[in-house]
Amino acid sequence: MSAWAKMVVEKVLGGPAGLPSRGARAALRIVAPAVLVAAFAVVAGCGDTSATEGSTITTAATVKKSDIVLASTTSTQDSGLFDVLLPAFEAAYPQYTVKVVAAGTGEALKLGENKDADVLLVHAPTSEKEFVENGFGTERFEVMYNDFVIVGPADDPAGIRGTTDAAQALKAISVAEVLFVSRGDDSGTHKKELSLWKASGVEPSGAWYESAGQGMGDVLAISSEKQAYTLSDRASYLNLLEGLDLEVLVEGDKALFNQYGVIPVTDATNAAGAADFAAWIISTEGQTVIGDYGVEKFGQPLFVPNAG
Amino acid sequence: MEIFTQSIAEAVRLVASFDRYVFQVMGLSLKVSGSAVLIGLVIGLPLGVWLGLSRFRGRAILVALVNTGLGLPPVVVGLFVMMMISRKGPLGFLSLLYTPPAMVIAQVILATPYITAITMSAVGSIPREVRLQALGLGASRIQALMVVVKEARLSIMTAVIAGFGAVISEVGAVMMVGGNISAGGENKTRVMTTAIVQEARMGNFETAMAFGLILLAMAFAAVFLMTRLQGGPRSGWVKS
Repeated sequence: MSAWAKMVVEKVLGGPAGLPSRGARAALRIVAPAVLVAAFAVVAGCGDTSATEGSTITTAATVKKSDIVLASTTSTQDSGLFDVLLPAFEAAYPQYTVKVVAAGTGEALKLGENKDADVLLVHAPTSEKEFVENGFGTERFEVMYNDFVIVGPADDPAGIRGTTDAAQALKAISVAEVLFVSRGDDSGTHKKELSLWKASGVEPSGAWYESAGQGMGDVLAISSEKQAYTLSDRASYLNLLEGLDLEVLVEGDKALFNQYGVIPVTDATNAAGAADFAAWIISTEGQTVIGDYGVEKFGQPLFVPNAG
Repeated sequence: MEIFTQSIAEAVRLVASFDRYVFQVMGLSLKVSGSAVLIGLVIGLPLGVWLGLSRFRGRAILVALVNTGLGLPPVVVGLFVMMMISRKGPLGFLSLLYTPPAMVIAQVILATPYITAITMSAVGSIPREVRLQALGLGASRIQALMVVVKEARLSIMTAVIAGFGAVISEVGAVMMVGGNISAGGENKTRVMTTAIVQEARMGNFETAMAFGLILLAMAFAAVFLMTRLQGGPRSGWVKS
């Protein structure tokens, strides 16, 4: 609820009727000093971390942790990979805690440009290369790939099931004018979708082409609810499968390939952590964790490691 | 700090050029939140008057419930409404999910507690004698109630303003049940707050800030209008 609305309420309740305002004021008297103390503690704490950042050599008893801010995409987050990848990394490097910011690729790259993130794990190779060329990232390493699939309702009103050419399938959807939900958020998945439309020679527009401007999980939920088609990465789809009324209709086209890259940000707040994370994720150990993820749950790996 | 000057310039540019997209999104924001507050008023005003004037067992619990409603997290309300109207939910046959009416339903749930709580405390603070005197002068029970409501009208307007402020600025519920959808260049369920989230996610921080400024200006204009309606010569925060 907006603070503004709360203020209005307080103004009114603070009148003759005086409902909870006296209590609130008393609470404030107690809380305010506590907040101040906490703020000081945080400031002091920050000073602490930056001091120890340079020298991570510590005795085993007192391992000082520093944060690595990892900017990644909502589809990677929705895939569930981080739930196994990050604990494995933190076990190998106990001095770090990884904080994930899941955004669209556009925002993730912007976070890197502003140095609000230390390291990026995204999947838009062209934008990534530009990012490094412009000096925002130190280097880009290929990490893994997964693939995109076109999913849609089981009754498949546009008749695209089994098509091996993704662009042709999109064309058929546009001709049939069946609802298609686009990410519309400048994400890696959105960019992939636009490149497929371009290949199909169709300029998607009209009431059948909806744009949600949201993450992969949200767009899959919307598509399922509306029985519409959409483009999804396989990992997000498999991970959310249970709640969805959607089937994979088109897969296997080379154009549906989805390459992930890792980029440490230039002059990052935690540059050492960023470099360690990038080195670990392309190491044999990191690559094994990636290759194993999903085999147990879905009977197939969700990502294929291909670093080096 | 040039992002701030740039986003102010962008906000002015978007409004001055009558950008069709921006005006569609602004329009839907006002329509959804305005309808929600009107419906909230229809529910909250009688409820607030009743809770403010009557004394009965269990009233304290109801009052506490209403006051708790002031802190309802929009995202929880959104989730609840979504589960109710999803295709698999009990009201799925209505096909309401991802439509403006769904957004109105969620915001009614958010706005009503504000209107009820403030009305309740406003009529509760009108001296009992006012109603007794009206009754003594031969007014019917309904007429006597109307006298009390009339006395409390300024605070009731404040209730409307508070409810409007709560819903025009929330994003959690409308994102969940609306879906922030536009189709073929036509806005379907995108409002100012969800548009801000989207622009920020895309890394368009300037545009996001510009949308934020427009939202603030819009809310200010709406509240200013309501305050004028409320106050006349003695506008401002009036204690009744």
